[in-house]
Amino acid sequence: MSDVAERVKKIVVEHLGVEEDKVTENASFIDDLGADSLDTVELVMAFEEEFGIEIPDDAAEKILTVKDAISFITKAEG
Amino acid sequence: MRRVVITGMGLLTPLGRGVERNWTRLIAGENGFRRIDRFEVEDLAVQVAAMVPMGTGEGELDLDSVAPAKERRRMDDFIVYALAAAEEAVEDSGWKPTDEELCARTGVMIGSGIGGLHSISECSMVMEKSGPRRVSPFFIPSSLINLASGHVSIKYGFTGPNHSAVTACATGAHAIGDAARLIIFGDADVMVAGGAEAAVCRLGIAGFASAKALSSSYNDRPSESSRPWDVGRDGFVMGEGAGVVVLEDYEHAKKRGAKIYGEIKGYGLSGDAYHITAPHPEGRGAKLAMSMAIKNSGLPAEAVDYINAHGTSTPLGDEIECAAVKSVFGAHAYTLSMSSTKSSIGHLLGAAGAVEAIYSVLALRDQVVPPTLNLHQPSEGCDIDLVPLQAKERKVDVVQSNSFGFGGTNASLIMTRV
Repeated sequence: MSDVAERVKKIVVEHLGVEEDKVTENASFIDDLGADSLDTVELVMAFEEEFGIEIPDDAAEKILTVKDAISFITKAEG
Repeated sequence: MRRVVITGMGLLTPLGRGVERNWTRLIAGENGFRRIDRFEVEDLAVQVAAMVPMGTGEGELDLDSVAPAKERRRMDDFIVYALAAAEEAVEDSGWKPTDEELCARTGVMIGSGIGGLHSISECSMVMEKSGPRRVSPFFIPSSLINLASGHVSIKYGFTGPNHSAVTACATGAHAIGDAARLIIFGDADVMVAGGAEAAVCRLGIAGFASAKALSSSYNDRPSESSRPWDVGRDGFVMGEGAGVVVLEDYEHAKKRGAKIYGEIKGYGLSGDAYHITAPHPEGRGAKLAMSMAIKNSGLPAEAVDYINAHGTSTPLGDEIECAAVKSVFGAHAYTLSMSSTKSSIGHLLGAAGAVEAIYSVLALRDQVVPPTLNLHQPSEGCDIDLVPLQAKERKVDVVQSNSFGFGGTNASLIMTRV
């Protein structure tokens, strides 16, 4: 697993208070991990902080799963 | 008219978590003051406070037991405190309906004087340092005062009236009085009511200290800092915590065989119309609130046995309240007992009125009145029984609890056994 994926999963576990094995790449923040709309805003902030990137609002709206987050961040970092 | 009784009680104060623990320690003359160790105080004029004991020991507040860490990111501490006290009160009352109609007849009115002051302060620093994009989406909902009522309703599914009193240091008393009226008016059969406060933070201490409201001469002797009516008093001491009661229509409580602690018999409210922080010199508002509560109770003033005073330990307020009591009660002022439990737990601001109403009800139950600690030499004119230093057994059939707040807001509750 890539370094980005590891760090994303760690943030998700911390912020949503979920078990690590639930945070699969296909897991949806809202449907599978119990997040609400405020949690997703906070998650995006945490990603921005961790990776030193900016995630514009329209891009943030499309980050619905763990995989979405990893892909966006990998590209942004690339 | 419907009668309103108390069927559940919950306390979280500097004396600890739990009604019985509080009462035992209060009657034993213990106190919850200590030097502030949660944040830097070296540059503050005031370095003592009465703080909720945190931990997993007996009577301590284990935050994780109230709400998991993830949930707590959505709440300022005043909401956590409200949830802790509400949990004890609701469990104690045995009223946990699941039926939709019964839930709709059950409401919540838990207020706070200031709300999420610590969160506001912290978030403001984030904004300053890192800009608006770093402001947490939980900042607003964790700071809003009515979110204490909101969280309690979400936890228990109570869909009745959801409201909050916000009247500074009279909040807890107003919440109980107003919630009782919602029951009397028929808007609800059961109300979870009270107050919560968690303003012991750098900004809170600095703000009240600047307003010259706090004691600053006892930084090296915390347990002596709150001394209502004593000549050595020099201001109130910040406290924190929550008090929550379950109020219920008397017939409703009787029908389900609930344990009944007492009845909300009278309620009075008034405004000083005088000054933003100073009490009216003749106690105009205090007298109006006390008199209205007595009139509203239908009892003669001579029936009142014990007054839980507002008695914050400020130079002005204590004497004015004592004079107001002497004016309202005449010769009977020398027969009743009055004490200030703020000498044990400090001033819980928006939670004070609710916590003190519960202490008053326990005085009814056990026929003992809690002491005014550190009262060695009363100020001139404070010559009624102020229960100095030690709790006292006496007849207690009717209690009155006073709460006065900044802005000249006043509330007074009268409670009796049923």
